[in-house]
Amino acid sequence: MLLTVVILLPVLVAGVLLAVPRLPGRVASWTWVGTSAVDLALIGWMWWGYSRGSGTGAASGNGLVLAYDAKVRWIPTVDASYYVGVDGLSLPLIALTGVLFLAAAIYSLREPHRPRRYAALFLFLQTASLGTFAALDLILFFVFFDLSIVGMFFIIAGWGHGNRRRSALKFFLYTFLGSLALLVGIIGLFVGGEQRTFDMVALAADPPLTDSPVMGALVLLAIGLGFAVKTPLFPFHTWLPDAHTDAPAAGSAILAGVLLKLGTYGFARIAMPILPDAWQRWAMVVVVVGVISVVWGALVALAQTDVKRMVAYTSVNHMGLVMLGLGVAGMTAQADEQARTIATVGAVVQMVSHGLLTGALFLLTGVLWARGGTYDFHRWGGLARPAPVFAAAFGVAAFGSLGLPSLSAFIAEFQIFTGALQAAPVATVIAVAGIVITAALFLVAMQRLLGGDTVVPDADPRLPGADVGAPTPAAAHDRGPAHDHGPAHAHGPAAAHGHDHGHAVDVDEDRVRSAAVVTQSGDAAAPAPAPGPDRAPSSVGDLDRREVLAIVPLLVLSVLIGLFPRPLLDVVEQGAVTVVELVSR
Amino acid sequence: MTAEVASAVLAALVLVPAGAGAVLLILGRRADRGAGPVAVTAALTAAVLAGTAAAARPEASAPFLGMPGGELALAVDGLSAVLVVTVSLVAAAVTVFAVADLPGDAARARFFGYLLLFTAAMLATVTATTVPTLLVAWEIMGATSYALIGYRWEVPGKMSAGTTAFLTTRAGDLGLYIAAGAALAGTGTLALDDLASAEGAWRHVAAAGILVAALGKSAQLPFSAWLSAAMEGPSPVSALLHSATMVAAGGYLLLRTEPLLEASGWAGSAAAWVGALTALVLGAVAAAQRDLKQLLAASTGAQIGFVVLAAGVGVTAAGTSQLVAHAAVKAGLFVVAGAWLTALGTKQLAGLRGAARRYPLVGAAAALAALALAGVPPLSLWASKDEVLAGVDGGVLRVVALAAGALSAVYAGKILAVVLAPVDADTHLDSEERGTRRVPRPVTGVVVAFAAAAALLGAVALPGVADRLKSVLGAEGEPSPGPGELMLSGVIAVAVVVLVVRRPTLVAALERTELLRWAGLRQVLTPRPWLALARAAARVDDRVIDRAVLSVAAAARRGAGRVGRADDHVVDRSVVSLARAVGRGAGRVGRADVDVVDGAVRAFASAVLRAGAAMRRPQTGLLHQYYVQAVVGLGALFVLLIVVR
Repeated sequence: MLLTVVILLPVLVAGVLLAVPRLPGRVASWTWVGTSAVDLALIGWMWWGYSRGSGTGAASGNGLVLAYDAKVRWIPTVDASYYVGVDGLSLPLIALTGVLFLAAAIYSLREPHRPRRYAALFLFLQTASLGTFAALDLILFFVFFDLSIVGMFFIIAGWGHGNRRRSALKFFLYTFLGSLALLVGIIGLFVGGEQRTFDMVALAADPPLTDSPVMGALVLLAIGLGFAVKTPLFPFHTWLPDAHTDAPAAGSAILAGVLLKLGTYGFARIAMPILPDAWQRWAMVVVVVGVISVVWGALVALAQTDVKRMVAYTSVNHMGLVMLGLGVAGMTAQADEQARTIATVGAVVQMVSHGLLTGALFLLTGVLWARGGTYDFHRWGGLARPAPVFAAAFGVAAFGSLGLPSLSAFIAEFQIFTGALQAAPVATVIAVAGIVITAALFLVAMQRLLGGDTVVPDADPRLPGADVGAPTPAAAHDRGPAHDHGPAHAHGPAAAHGHDHGHAVDVDEDRVRSAAVVTQSGDAAAPAPAPGPDRAPSSVGDLDRREVLAIVPLLVLSVLIGLFPRPLLDVVEQGAVTVVELVSR
Repeated sequence: MTAEVASAVLAALVLVPAGAGAVLLILGRRADRGAGPVAVTAALTAAVLAGTAAAARPEASAPFLGMPGGELALAVDGLSAVLVVTVSLVAAAVTVFAVADLPGDAARARFFGYLLLFTAAMLATVTATTVPTLLVAWEIMGATSYALIGYRWEVPGKMSAGTTAFLTTRAGDLGLYIAAGAALAGTGTLALDDLASAEGAWRHVAAAGILVAALGKSAQLPFSAWLSAAMEGPSPVSALLHSATMVAAGGYLLLRTEPLLEASGWAGSAAAWVGALTALVLGAVAAAQRDLKQLLAASTGAQIGFVVLAAGVGVTAAGTSQLVAHAAVKAGLFVVAGAWLTALGTKQLAGLRGAARRYPLVGAAAALAALALAGVPPLSLWASKDEVLAGVDGGVLRVVALAAGALSAVYAGKILAVVLAPVDADTHLDSEERGTRRVPRPVTGVVVAFAAAAALLGAVALPGVADRLKSVLGAEGEPSPGPGELMLSGVIAVAVVVLVVRRPTLVAALERTELLRWAGLRQVLTPRPWLALARAAARVDDRVIDRAVLSVAAAARRGAGRVGRADDHVVDRSVVSLARAVGRGAGRVGRADVDVVDGAVRAFASAVLRAGAAMRRPQTGLLHQYYVQAVVGLGALFVLLIVVR
């Protein structure tokens, strides 16, 4: 019951939001924050109960240890039901979903465009994501999985920027076609099984298609295609950079942080336990595709000149590592169970870690967009001077993402590599080499964005806030980037807070000591620590309170997992042991 | 002292500097004022704790990863005891130097925060007993060195120097990841001491991984050039990174895993040769430098080469004494270089003519340290280098090592020739910054302390002292140099120093060779081919894969079409036409879709408004097109079901 409440609460509130047409935007935004906060609190309660062993209902008796499970018959003729539950595999991802949606809600508190519908759409998407992670019935899984595509499509198309309609469409086509392949696979599982059921637990207990390797391979191919597009794996990843670049920041954070995990989670939840034979037989293919994604994602990211595209491609890299771990789990002949379990634990932790760190990185790129309307590396520089908090947050997220110990990604990557080497030595060595490329691209990005002379973009008419209902903020009188000026007084004026009612007054551009006075409306958050005494006032505002509240907790969580991984690992290890046992049959 | 207290001391040894550093970093500029005193206090506390831990030999561990040997575990044995004391004392002295040397308006909290974190990481590195612990500390050390080298991020070029250092050492770090996997596969545990017993091929994989990681961190060939870039960092950073920490970590790791190197059969001699050749090549590079810090940087790689050589030939006590002696000598010389840079505004040898005469006490200490660096008896590096040479059997290897030893007398003599010379008219001061013309008293104290240590550690040449050290390190029975060997190397060192000081022009000829530019080693680390590869990949991604996938998508559509023929009509309208539209090009798509998407959004909105409080209808409105497909798809599914049954 608790789980059902967690899943359905957001969509119920979304319905209420839509039903009240005259609701002020701020109220809608705060309702969204409140709902996500309550949902996260309930998830926390679930986690607490799970780790204490309570809430564990009737275990299915075949390895899967389920908690908070609930089952309601839905379409009896095909034995499809509303069947949800959590285990060590899904609980961390459900918690991640709760955290990221709350961060997205806080970040979007000032969304100027149709905030009520924006909030409703995100809440709808939250239900779809939570439902996918909790579903234990293939049809239910598929419905939630597809609803998430629909929700994200409208978010990109309605609230994105740039070439948003084309990107949204590309996203929709790719993932929708992928989900059709998934549907074919699901039908294959139904038809191939003796029991004629969509019940995942029953199917995992008595795997279908064990005696027909060809059919098993074909069904795995169909399911694999569906999830590979969603994950995305090379060569099905080209929808990702476009969708990310043109999505709103909160949408990108959710897309990368939560929706990509639907793909990798699908592999671990459906493909591995229900098709153990086929997974074992084709594990090497999974490993190879994963490693190609790792290297390819890193290389292509290194060549990007657009911050957001770069971050998007690193997702391909990180998801490739997840697949390396999951692929190795099936290589029963090459590695002992301990190594395979370690790799699987690493893969699940990588999903959580990537959600936190990439979510934070996408929100940070959103900060750039809000300040300057561009993600282009060449138009930003020296941001550590005017925006020290932004610089610190970006640095932490970047180092986390490149796998520095004391952040969560290290816990994941170390276990993936350590567990995978035995089964697939060559592939693992190549994947390990990929982390140097990742390190290079993040360090180069930091060098360009944060170090050297301060460069900020020209005033951009596309600045968000230009079409807020409130009086149009005075356009910033920016007369070009200030890269010629020395460190002590370099600061190109530009709009400070895109959607504050602030206006930047450029006094005299020839005297470099121009004061970019930022007048803020009463409720505008004060920028965090003031720049040092030797710094001239600057025009690019640092993170405001709302942005800090959305981004910093994600990084703090990543550090906590990196330093004290046991609470997370205790849960994940339970799930991973089960998956490895099921796939080893 | 009970075991609990002892392990608390060990934990505090790492956590005190780490915690103080983290607090300083979080507080940021607000803590600038108090950062210096806090850092000195934390560093001195760590030194006291290190002394206590060295006496008590404690162990400590905390749960971390779920595998055998996956916990965070520290322990102090003989080797660790020597190193924690060395590291913490050098770190404390350098911290004092930094408090005096940093400009008043510097971001001190950030500097000392990273410095303390770095120190904590090095202390954890030399006490780690499991691979995960080692790797965590090892990589944090690398990352904080990046932050310290790029400390003045606002100056173009500083951050990229940090990037070079971090990427080079991280490329080596990959070896540790591989070694971890090999340890698990070969021994079933990640305990560091069990590595040597790994089975079969995994032992060789582990040895190769450890070797690569150590060579990267220690700037041995071919990874050496990051040392040159790292000189962009502030003087205290150079003094810490290139003496007792960072480069020393690689040497330490090889000393620690010496049984593994030996068990592998090949890794020991590989390490020995790389170490000896690095000592030779970087010795020559050092002799060709015109910049004091660059000279010292190259000599760091060369001197650590002797440590690597010692680990390779299996004389761990000799390697350890070389490591400690080098730490004292080099920290002293880097502090002197930093003090002169602040006072005289230059670190070019041309500008430092007569520097020792301007500041006699500092100058005398510097001269003593330089003599030790040259290997002049009875100073420290003379003794420790001969200890190392005593373990070398091979004829050619021995000749290479002796030549490398003579080269250290060449570059040390070059320093002496310049700084002891009389000041003349064409000495250009302030070529790099505006000098203060004074050396603060605490800095003088630090320099004198290091010089004293550099001299007194020569006691290792006394047989009694050497045997005591060997018993502390558990290395009894390792060979010691005979009087003849000690005499020979001493005579060579003195002769070379005298020659170089008398005839400086002989060495000056080297400055006109490629050696001045680090013998082309920088080209080994150039990122250009990788960037070119990355750009090529990005082009393929955009132009080939993105387009090719469209045709694959069409195939997927055909496959999906088979799921339900009834679906075709809908799928064709909403998917095929759009797929074609995407294929035709962006502009066309843009126009075509405005209607579709906007229409959908608007229809959704108006449907919602009409629906009012009705809860179910909004969703059908939202998804009307989509649900038609889903329903039809499910219908097809039922048809299929019936057919199959």
